[in-house]
Amino acid sequence: MGVLVQQTMPNQSQCLMDLFSISCQASIIPRMNSVINNSFIRSRQLGQALLCPFVTAGYPNLDVGPELLLAMQAAGSGCIELGIPFSDPIADGPVIQDSYRLALEAGTTVDRALAMVKQARTAGVTVPILAMASYSIIFKLGCREFAAACLDSGINGLVLPDLPMEEAPAAVAVIQDCGLGTSLLVAPTTSVERRKSIGDLCDAFVYYVSVSGITGERKVLPENMAENLRELKEHTGKPVCVGFGISTAPQVRSLRKAADGIIVGSAIIRRIREELARPRPYVPRAVGDFIADLSAGLKDQVPK
Amino acid sequence: MPTADITSSLVDSGMPRLSSTQIAASLITAPATSHVPDSVGHFGPYGGVYVPETLMIAVHQLAQEYERARQDPSFARQLAFYLADFAGRPTPLYFARRLTEMAGGARIYLKREDLAHTGAHKINNTLGQGLLTLRMKKKRVIAETGAGQHGVATATAAAAFGLSCDVYMGAEDIRRQSLNVFRMKLLGARVISVETGAKTLKDATNEAMRDWMGSVEHTHYIIGSVVGPHPFPKIVRDFQSVIGTETKRQALETLHRLPDAIVACVGGGSNAAGMFYPFVDDPAVKLIGVEAGGRGNNAGQHAASLTFGQPGVLHGSLSYVLQNQDGQTADVHSVSAGLDYPGVGPEHSYWKDTGRVKYATVSDAQALEAFGILARTEGIIPALESAHAVAFAITQARSMAKDKILVINLSGRGDKDCMEVARLTGADLTLTATTPA
Repeated sequence: MGVLVQQTMPNQSQCLMDLFSISCQASIIPRMNSVINNSFIRSRQLGQALLCPFVTAGYPNLDVGPELLLAMQAAGSGCIELGIPFSDPIADGPVIQDSYRLALEAGTTVDRALAMVKQARTAGVTVPILAMASYSIIFKLGCREFAAACLDSGINGLVLPDLPMEEAPAAVAVIQDCGLGTSLLVAPTTSVERRKSIGDLCDAFVYYVSVSGITGERKVLPENMAENLRELKEHTGKPVCVGFGISTAPQVRSLRKAADGIIVGSAIIRRIREELARPRPYVPRAVGDFIADLSAGLKDQVPK
Repeated sequence: MPTADITSSLVDSGMPRLSSTQIAASLITAPATSHVPDSVGHFGPYGGVYVPETLMIAVHQLAQEYERARQDPSFARQLAFYLADFAGRPTPLYFARRLTEMAGGARIYLKREDLAHTGAHKINNTLGQGLLTLRMKKKRVIAETGAGQHGVATATAAAAFGLSCDVYMGAEDIRRQSLNVFRMKLLGARVISVETGAKTLKDATNEAMRDWMGSVEHTHYIIGSVVGPHPFPKIVRDFQSVIGTETKRQALETLHRLPDAIVACVGGGSNAAGMFYPFVDDPAVKLIGVEAGGRGNNAGQHAASLTFGQPGVLHGSLSYVLQNQDGQTADVHSVSAGLDYPGVGPEHSYWKDTGRVKYATVSDAQALEAFGILARTEGIIPALESAHAVAFAITQARSMAKDKILVINLSGRGDKDCMEVARLTGADLTLTATTPA
């Protein structure tokens, strides 16, 4: 006890006290992150799902980031998922993993990635941005410090790919208290009880992993997906975005009624990689064109 | 002070920590106990489960099946049979007379895990997890391997139990440990070269976890050390505890007392955990873990997570890790492929913070020297991993009185390292004998 008193810094005690009071509040007042939720409400009013493309912060470099995010927004993205590159991403397939490695090699740090988001906001990006960050990074930087820095940069929420409900409540309470939305993953194998508990921890959306395994493009998505998504929305009472394996306009189209949002990741990173192999590559246009194609699939009437 | 009271009560009740600085501020004040982890895998603040939701069903299933197996006498009988008749246990506790004379201090005993089947302690775990795989009615096992010892031990268990086996191994380690690659192939396993990152153990672990995310229904991941998400650190420690349990019994039977000190090398930490755990509640026995000091104390030159690292999350659990300021895993180096890992088991972090186990480092050069010393003084070529423990033990024994007893966990044999040591020392393998003058 004596050792504890001496070694506890005042701000850390405060932090733990905050945590305590927040946990109490969180259990009483269920809430949604308003910025992100409004996007879902608007797209629902239009009878559409929200297209949520994923890019890696710092891939191919940070300089092109603001322009890339603007092009994604202009092409019809309702929300952007921004991967904070991590050296050891377990949930990600080779395409995203490789983009993380290249982004880190190009000098991407958390600070620089957030500075890029700030520039993008100044440049006119208004859609919600969620950062996908490994808990390894969040823990190292301090949950409250990281969340506050994200909010300050213009990020609206965090996708937590490797934080299961067993370890999540304290971190989620702090992140939400900082004003960021939270999104945790539900897998096809997740039990109904777990789905409900995970849903309670999400105030941005529930991230439904469409297939077992890592991120990456799949030719065929599971048949019972629409049914699964409907059930998940019922069980959680939260918007549900679906990701992992979705890469084509027909796949996006097939999910537009069942899901509130559709996340496309590896396919976009692959487009960037292909573009970089061309003479005089222009990444924002390549990504913008691809997202426009996907986005067209969301509309009830496919344009001729 | 009310603030401190609230803080300490939260800390005592196991409130999760949210940053590495908070852990540093809440050093565990209670003495270490063997009654860890709790039901969700926490060793004090360490351990836990930090994996994608896709893996949760697998780790839950494994935890349940393991609990059932623990309470099933037929499982214990089966495991005891394979450990005895297949792996050759118990391994001897051998008095190293000439090494003792050379060191000139405490009496040095070697726990001869190098004599276990496949040449290292790794078989204790793979036989246990192999039997669990059969209980779960899975047909395929995967593993990560650094030095190749765990890969060989997994391939061996898979062959013995009729399971198909894929082993992930870093391309750099494949180069360093070609003999073990050949052994795995002979045993019917497929060795998958991992070309990502530093192409060593950490990267092989990532790939094995990724495989498992897409294959959990029919595949069991036999993790090779006391790392990873709960329940792996507990399961591997328990299966490896046969080392410490035997050592304790042998010491009491032949020496009529417990050792004064026990030294074991620590990479992920499985041989040390298995040796130390049965002695945790015997405070008179000094426990020392030896990490890879590599070429120096700067980042990237060593693999000493406990000595130079900070609390962080890697490969599914919270433990001491080597990371940069952003939480990116740092580069590590060790002459020994089996210690070349930027993390360590969460129970070691718990033991470090409670002070129950002391951790030290030994450099590449010291380990190489000890490799030669043990070969010449005892006729035993140790694994380069174990040579780290030997190097530290020689110094430690020297500082102890002659009536004291020091045990080295000789975790593996060094045949696999001979080519690499020859390369490093510039030995000419074409000369087969020393020419008389």
